Amino acid sequence: MDMQNIISAVAVLFIMGVVFAILLGIAAKVFAVEVDERVPLVRECLPGANCGGCGFPGCDGLAAAIVEGKAPVNGCPVGGAAAAEKIAAVMGVAVEAGERKVAHVYCNGGCNAVDKAKYEGLQDCTAALRVANGPKACAYGCMGLGSCVKACAFDAIHIVDGVAKVDTDKCVACGKCVAACPKKLINLVPESKKVHVNCVNKDKGPEVMKVCSNGCIGCKMCEKTCKFDAIHVVDGVAKIDYDKCKNCKMCAKACPKGCIEPVPTEEEKAKFKEMQAKQAAAAKAKAEAEKAAAAEAAPAAEDK
Amino acid sequence: MAFNFPDAMGLTEVLSLAVAAVLVNNYILVQFLGCCSFFGVSKKTDTAIGMGMAVIFVMALASAVSWAVWYFILDPLGLDYMQTIAFILVIATLVQFVEMFMKKAMPALYSALGIFLPLITTNCAVLGAAISNIDNGYSFIGSMVYGVCAGVGYTLAIVLFASIRERLDATAKCPKCFEGFPIALVSAALLAMSFMGFSGLSIW
Repeated sequence: MDMQNIISAVAVLFIMGVVFAILLGIAAKVFAVEVDERVPLVRECLPGANCGGCGFPGCDGLAAAIVEGKAPVNGCPVGGAAAAEKIAAVMGVAVEAGERKVAHVYCNGGCNAVDKAKYEGLQDCTAALRVANGPKACAYGCMGLGSCVKACAFDAIHIVDGVAKVDTDKCVACGKCVAACPKKLINLVPESKKVHVNCVNKDKGPEVMKVCSNGCIGCKMCEKTCKFDAIHVVDGVAKIDYDKCKNCKMCAKACPKGCIEPVPTEEEKAKFKEMQAKQAAAAKAKAEAEKAAAAEAAPAAEDK
Repeated sequence: MAFNFPDAMGLTEVLSLAVAAVLVNNYILVQFLGCCSFFGVSKKTDTAIGMGMAVIFVMALASAVSWAVWYFILDPLGLDYMQTIAFILVIATLVQFVEMFMKKAMPALYSALGIFLPLITTNCAVLGAAISNIDNGYSFIGSMVYGVCAGVGYTLAIVLFASIRERLDATAKCPKCFEGFPIALVSAALLAMSFMGFSGLSIW
């Protein structure tokens, strides 16, 4: 192979390369896509788990939506306040402090709930539900087969004593378990709210007692105890209005079935009963005193 | 420097070339070229169709440009041995171009194809088509038809395979140890065997 051959080979490749490079350069200009420079900046502030908890397709989707103004800067439930602050700095807006939320399972049946059958099929809640509405006699409660556990990417929900329980430290409120539960037992609640009615059984009291020793029977004891008008029995089951609840836990102590979290100890319950009795006695005495006063006033009125 | 073009091809010749490229010499299922993207992008039919379209486009352009590069530059200069490297240069440029074009015109497809679009660069099926054109001495029209039809064959194979895989994932009862990639390989092998039935097929 003579020298000329080598030179022509190198030259041909070099010229081809240069020509293609120029063409590509022109094409890059012609087909340039305008990307808002804030999108990658916002994207960097997000956790990058692509969990979809925000309702957008992954972190890229949320970043684009935030820049377009279609989503709030605190739209990421996983990143929380820290991410929201960073994104707000990028976007140049003040952040509304969103309170951290956590998932909560509204059932405490578990081992207290009666089994109507032994389920040996696929260990999946949706599958079990297809078989005669699940293995539990309670049609509303947690079956403890762990579809939510499988859905959780953060190892924050586990089956404890036959019922799903959220580890609030690990929970990032992505909402995957909320979507996974076929019985719709899981909800996102503000972390500061500690009192929950852990039952959603809408049946009448006696029916509930047959299927679960921990179920809400709709006796309204909690409703009568609450001083803040925050708990009401609706459709046969107590429900807390989280906007009004002050975490005083009185309803939990009043509940005869122990289905309001935090479940009080025997001691606390006894103390509460004592206090309640005292209050009742005081109220009775007061009423009697008023009655006597009224009786005293009545003859005086007759005299006039 | 002397240009040495191949003979022009008749219509029947071109047509039988087309059938051969799609079915008889299907790039993936008979020649086993371009298998990486065939397995990589065949999980969903939608993306498989997108990938197929991208490959058709790149193959057609690559056939045309590489034909021109061969008969106008390499062959007259006696640089036959530069074929592979020159063609790879052509293909890489084209893929870059297609990527830019898609990003502008079809952002949804662009994001769906993701990493596999740049991977067409190293897709041996594209290089294979470009080299076959030269080796078999096809005319310019013949090369274009061959490029398009090889792409169509690729699309046919990947779409068929993707729909099979969709069903496999959704409904098939598959032993645990075969789940995912292994069963995909087995089904690809069965599909390839069925395409062997086309060998020897000649219409004209």
